[in-house]
Amino acid sequence: MARTSFLPLRRIPLRQSAGRQHHAGPLTYVLLGTAALFSLFPLYWNLVAASHTGERVVEAPAPLLPGPRLFDNLSFAWNQVDMGEALVNTTVVASLVAVSTVLFATLAGFAFAKLPFRGRGALLTLVVATMTIPPQLSVIPLYRIITDLGWVDQLQSVVLPSLVAAFGVFFMRQYLVEALPVELVEAARMDGAHSLRIVWHVVFPVARPAMAVLGMLVFVQAWNDFFWPFIALTPDGSPTLQVALAGLGAGNHTVDQAVVLTGALISTVPLLLVFAVLGRHIVGGITAGAVKS
Amino acid sequence: MATSLRARNGGSPSPDAPPSPATRRGAGRPAASRRGRLYRWDLKATPYLFVAPFFLTFAAFGLFPLLYTGWLSLHRVELGGDPRWKGLENYTDLATSEFFWNALANTFTIGVISTVPQLLMALGLAHLLNYKLRGRGFFRVAVLAPYATSIAAATLVFAQLFNTDYGLINSALGWAGFDPVDWESSKWPAQIAISTIVTWRWTGYNALIYLAAMQAVPQDLYEAAALDGASRWRQFLSVTIPSIRPTILFTVIVSTIGATQLFGEPMLYGGSVGISGGSGNQFQTLSLLMYEKGWVTGALGQASAIAWVMLLLLLLIGGVQSLLARSHRAKPGS
Repeated sequence: MARTSFLPLRRIPLRQSAGRQHHAGPLTYVLLGTAALFSLFPLYWNLVAASHTGERVVEAPAPLLPGPRLFDNLSFAWNQVDMGEALVNTTVVASLVAVSTVLFATLAGFAFAKLPFRGRGALLTLVVATMTIPPQLSVIPLYRIITDLGWVDQLQSVVLPSLVAAFGVFFMRQYLVEALPVELVEAARMDGAHSLRIVWHVVFPVARPAMAVLGMLVFVQAWNDFFWPFIALTPDGSPTLQVALAGLGAGNHTVDQAVVLTGALISTVPLLLVFAVLGRHIVGGITAGAVKS
Repeated sequence: MATSLRARNGGSPSPDAPPSPATRRGAGRPAASRRGRLYRWDLKATPYLFVAPFFLTFAAFGLFPLLYTGWLSLHRVELGGDPRWKGLENYTDLATSEFFWNALANTFTIGVISTVPQLLMALGLAHLLNYKLRGRGFFRVAVLAPYATSIAAATLVFAQLFNTDYGLINSALGWAGFDPVDWESSKWPAQIAISTIVTWRWTGYNALIYLAAMQAVPQDLYEAAALDGASRWRQFLSVTIPSIRPTILFTVIVSTIGATQLFGEPMLYGGSVGISGGSGNQFQTLSLLMYEKGWVTGALGQASAIAWVMLLLLLLIGGVQSLLARSHRAKPGS
């Protein structure tokens, strides 16, 4: 009995019947289609709402098809509410945070993955442990600090605390442990290369795919960050998109729901475009970062 | 590895094969030994230099504020004022505050009704995505699209969809013959609406994490199960779920942490009464209460105490979860 199962002829059909090898039936497509519909409908409806007048959006029943007002709403949000400035601010903040996180996380990840040093294990454990500390624990002193420094409404108060994140360090370490053969590092050292040269000529080229993925993940996160920017920046100063949206939603400038939702659209569309172009890589990155932990 | 590296490069030229006296006494010797010293220094100090940015950032913007919050929680502090010692009074005040217990209960209930369905649906979705599919890439990106949406944008859209008077959800309920639901001021409907936003944003993300874990499950396990006559549902329960248990635990921990910190969704969902978590505090979470205490009332000491209670809660939950994980891990081994 046990023997026959090892015969090639037995194995092939069994393999096909198991787990992921199985072809999806119609029910699978129906369920997945429903899930995709639920995922995408709010995004579609955001576009619909942004293309009507404010009066039409709050009229029952709410519209289901796009209207003619999209460009009027866009130009109003852009000029009156200054979503344009918020868009620029958010791009600056997210880019700085992404670049610095990727750079520092790669250096630290390389050290944790391949360089021997005292206390490496303990420090790595500390890095992972810091991931569980909620931001609520630090916002009160941070707020006092930026108040004392006169940094309220200055973008650096959002950028500086996010220069590097534990998640990034851990992510790069996981990647480099497997992707970077220690022989490469050793060979470079034997050739007389100092550490920075090794980083530039060996680590960065090997780490590039992971750096790209981490950069995208951090960019998305920084783009969408809400809690701390909401405290450090004000809608009337130089807000990020999320803070500006909070101001719109609370009715500081306008109660025109179509304009509010146009703002939401402005904040969402750039990332959706990134996803449409790089979706596959982001999907790969999310799964790579999570499974190995 | 460490020792071999150091031994080989500790002094240049290589000490492994004792160099001939001729080369030792060569003209370049002082330069070489300076380079050797530089090399040793490089080897020793570089790792610390590389990890330093993280630890400096964490010390300045994580650890110091964490401890300072603890210190503040023992004081009476007004915005801009000097702290005055209060001992544990902030904490005992919390224990007798109905707002605190209400916020704690809301954080818990919203956390449960957003995390549990979210992870269960993610498991199901991952299982479906694991089949051989046409348009696999489309489905994956489609379920991940909400992840690209910010808390603010998602909440503002859902606040319209859930609007009691003109929202599409009540319209749909009406077409199906149900009475409209008050999604704003009734407690449970409002909490369900907020949980829906959280679930919408994170289900696809968790599904992809599960999917990756499922694809790492060895095929032999399914073959063996199929040989034993296990149905596909049985295989899912007895092979897939146990095999990806570490990943499930990971997502449970991450979602729990997220749920404990819930802030933006209830705040923006509540509109003008968002900061107090709705007209009757019916969806005020711990984070919202902390914000209200600190930035509306100006009682930073009390806000700090709430922050520390949140940390203690997370430690407690983390402890329970690691105990559970250990007992689960012990079972298959025995």
